[in-house]
Amino acid sequence: MKSSLNSSSLGQTRAERKLLSFTLRIWRQENSHSPGFFEQLDAKDIPAEASFLEMLDIINDRLIEEKKIPIAFDSDCREGICGTCSMVINGIPQGPGRGAACQVYMRSFSPGSTITIEPYRVKAFPILKDLVVDRSAYDRLIQAGGFISEHTGGAADAATILISKKTADAAMDAAACIGCGACAAACPNSSAMLFVGAKVTHLSLLPQGQPERSERVFSMVHAMDGEGFGNCSNYYACEAICPANISASVIATLNREFIKASITL
Amino acid sequence: MTALNSKIPPGPLEKKWENFKKTAPLISPTNKRKFNIVVIGSGLAGASAAATLAQEGYQVDCFSFHDSPRRAHSIAAQGGINAAKNYQNDGDSVWRLFYDTLKGGDFRSREANVYRLAEVSLHIIDQCVAQGVPFAREYGGQLANRSFGGAQVSRTFYARGQTGQQLLLGAYGSLSHQIGAGRLRMHTHSEMLDLVVINGHAKGVIIRHLLTGAILRYAADAVVLATGGYSNVYYLSTNARGSNATAIWRSYKRGALFANPCYTQIHPTCIPVAGDYQSKLTLMSESLRNDGRIWVPKKKGDQRLPHQIPQQERDYYLERKYPAYGNLAPRDIASRSAKEVCDQGRGVGPSGLGVYLDFEDSITRLGKKVIEERYGNLFEMYENITGENAYEHPMRIFPALHYTMGGLWVDYHLMSNLPGLYVLGEANFSDHGANRLGASALMQGLADGYFILPYTLGSYLCTQFETKPSIDLPEFEQAQEAVLATTSRLLEVRGSLSAHYFHRELGKILWEHCGMTRSEKSLQEALSEIPKLRERFWKEINVPGSNDSFNKSLEYAGRVADFLELGELLARDALHRRESCGGHFRTEYQRPDGEALRNDELFSCVQAWQYQGEASEPTLLQEPLCYEFVQPGMRNYK
Ligand SMILES: Cc1cc2nc3c(=O)[nH]c(=O)nc-3n(C[C@H](O)[C@H](O)[C@H](O)COP(=O)(O)OP(=O)(O)OC[C@H]3O[C@@H](n4cnc5c(N)ncnc54)[C@H](O)[C@@H]3O)c2cc1C
Ligand code: SF4
Ligand code: FES
Repeated sequence: MKSSLNSSSLGQTRAERKLLSFTLRIWRQENSHSPGFFEQLDAKDIPAEASFLEMLDIINDRLIEEKKIPIAFDSDCREGICGTCSMVINGIPQGPGRGAACQVYMRSFSPGSTITIEPYRVKAFPILKDLVVDRSAYDRLIQAGGFISEHTGGAADAATILISKKTADAAMDAAACIGCGACAAACPNSSAMLFVGAKVTHLSLLPQGQPERSERVFSMVHAMDGEGFGNCSNYYACEAICPANISASVIATLNREFIKASITL
Repeated sequence: MTALNSKIPPGPLEKKWENFKKTAPLISPTNKRKFNIVVIGSGLAGASAAATLAQEGYQVDCFSFHDSPRRAHSIAAQGGINAAKNYQNDGDSVWRLFYDTLKGGDFRSREANVYRLAEVSLHIIDQCVAQGVPFAREYGGQLANRSFGGAQVSRTFYARGQTGQQLLLGAYGSLSHQIGAGRLRMHTHSEMLDLVVINGHAKGVIIRHLLTGAILRYAADAVVLATGGYSNVYYLSTNARGSNATAIWRSYKRGALFANPCYTQIHPTCIPVAGDYQSKLTLMSESLRNDGRIWVPKKKGDQRLPHQIPQQERDYYLERKYPAYGNLAPRDIASRSAKEVCDQGRGVGPSGLGVYLDFEDSITRLGKKVIEERYGNLFEMYENITGENAYEHPMRIFPALHYTMGGLWVDYHLMSNLPGLYVLGEANFSDHGANRLGASALMQGLADGYFILPYTLGSYLCTQFETKPSIDLPEFEQAQEAVLATTSRLLEVRGSLSAHYFHRELGKILWEHCGMTRSEKSLQEALSEIPKLRERFWKEINVPGSNDSFNKSLEYAGRVADFLELGELLARDALHRRESCGGHFRTEYQRPDGEALRNDELFSCVQAWQYQGEASEPTLLQEPLCYEFVQPGMRNYK
């Protein structure tokens, strides 16, 4: 990102705050059963420094003051780590730029433009209301085997097994997934393979993950099919939007692990 | 008056926990199956407790208002987790971690609890590594450690800048394992709105299902609260937007004691508030203070850009006031000094509430590349949020609310004064005294959930074989009615202001009058303003939508209503504590050099408040703190 003193608030005094206006085309849907539609809303006088979600907060406060129903959207940490926020902004799951929707700022949109905001469109993530979708399918994928069955209290001293820095770093790269669901939303096949690949890669790299390695990949892939997620056909749209920078190479690892498991099990 | 029995086991400090474990009653596997445990919260404390109890064979129901257990606010912790492993062989030990934590808390916590925490820290790292937490490693494959928050030893374990995330995902893995195996029922989108107390014992909860609006009763043999801290009572804090105090506050109103509500921690290095619309404050790692110099202009209201202000017109106030520690002065001192210069009208940035953290000298000395290697991701994050390039212009930072040491009162078993109610993690008051050391909240949450509660729960349950609660009891009926009445009342006001508005106003009052510094006058002011704001809330709020549907405005309004009450108790507690200690600084109680003046004679105690109904003031109970093994000393950072 290029910054200059003009675009920042560094040289600003209290009086001269920059305000921007936009038109929002935003998806409204009462609940999972009702039909949805795009509503057009004015977003006038939005501070340029506001984040995208703060812009929605402002709009919601205005709607409440006008006795209208505010827009339902998910968010929590607002710093890109919890994976709660989920929406598609101008066709891009989690919005433009790297990072989650909560890390998008209004100064990155051209003033006066129309911004389209809609929920993820994934069969396995039913819409609950407006921009909120049900992503519990991802939890069920983890419940199927995305863990190490360690019993509390039985662990040996952590120093007994050495793990090379390279391995630990690679495991951490994969473990960084925030579980936001954008990968499935970006994929034309609604595939969850980036998410599952990330977990399988993380755990199969580590010595502690070895005993359950084959069962894990089998049950996770099985659960993935059961939830109705599609298969990967190498579009790499997931990698391009993943806010946690998960590399599509985890999908190759997933495939490899699956084949290996099929031979050994 | 309820007697506050902390139930600390007898014997030498090093033997207390061991002795306790030796003699604690056990529940046999067949009997465990007969007990229903409700766990509220799936953060580090809740997920670790729920998974461990389910694995041991208890019937566990875990609830979270989030859409997934993995979203809990613990996920956002960055820096790391302490443990007295002494892998670095730099002189660390259980005793040293114990002493540092006790001293860091300004001698306002229990010796026995803190010692146990330090002891248990050893097992936490083993447990997490076994779960596959990818902690940072050295080239030789050993676990890496760093020194954190001014500690003299390197005892902090970390996973990049995402330690909380990795620890939570470890606990979430264990939780998911138990859910998948059918041994634990996870209820997401489920918010606890009341505690059910039967014959003085906690025996159930009332839950609102957030998607349907259904208000449900759940009976339990014991209730475990692991619902996190209440920093958001200040509106703006580094906590997640959803973090709230409703579970602990409503339990307080059912008789649980609230201890030390005024102990709040303010973090000195956060990105300043940019405007009224701002929804949260972002923490910038404290490590930046190792290479950044903090300054403000000497002249009031200086509107020049930073590079136009010559050296001799800058005030590097921390270096001036604390030559020994300089920019690394402890969190509370650095925060208070920033407030002081801003109060003098020398703050920077559009709001005047900010100070510079300048890397120019370090860049000249070490080169941009070194700074980039050390802090590249932080500079990027800063630029993403503010649009400013911190290699070219100094960062602007300002203190923000970060952590709450206060919480529900618990004894050594982590049980509140209400038998059967256990409180874990940031929601309890137990181990950090008046100030928490960096990297020790994650340690406490996991200690409570994995290693302490599973041992202490039996002492209570072994007395409860004959008392199966039923949800048909009138106490359940009454609590459910009460919840319905509150939600209906919120919906019926139909005023014109959003809950947001009232939350923001409450935050302003608390930050102004009960923030980094407090005085009798400011606290009296808060105590007069908060009830007025609360009254307005119940007349002017507009909560759109209905009770029987997915209604985020309703959820939020309920939490704000509780904050409006808790804020008052916080100010009352601060008023009552006529001393300065840890994060609580009363301007009347300072040494001639401006440092905090503790009063051990009168205030070496826990202040625990008991609810007496809406019309009366709460009563204050005190638990004296006795130091048998260490001598409380005074802090000195000059
Ligand atoms: C930005 C940031 C960085 C931090 N960095 C560090 C660090 O580096 N090291 C460190 O040691 N500490 C750090 N901390 C502090 C630490 O993260 C927290 O104190 C700790 O994670 C709290 O864990 P918890 O399990 O008690 O609560 P939480 O993680 O907050 O979990 C609360 C749970 O309770 C549930 N819940 C709450 N209320 C209800 C209700 N009424 N009904 C149903 N469910 C409910 C929520 O859904 C959630 O599951 C940091 C904190 C912040 C804000
Ligand atoms: S892989 Fe990336 S896009 Fe998919 S859930 Fe994880 S963080 Fe989100
Ligand atoms: S709100 Fe947490 S990632 Fe966006």
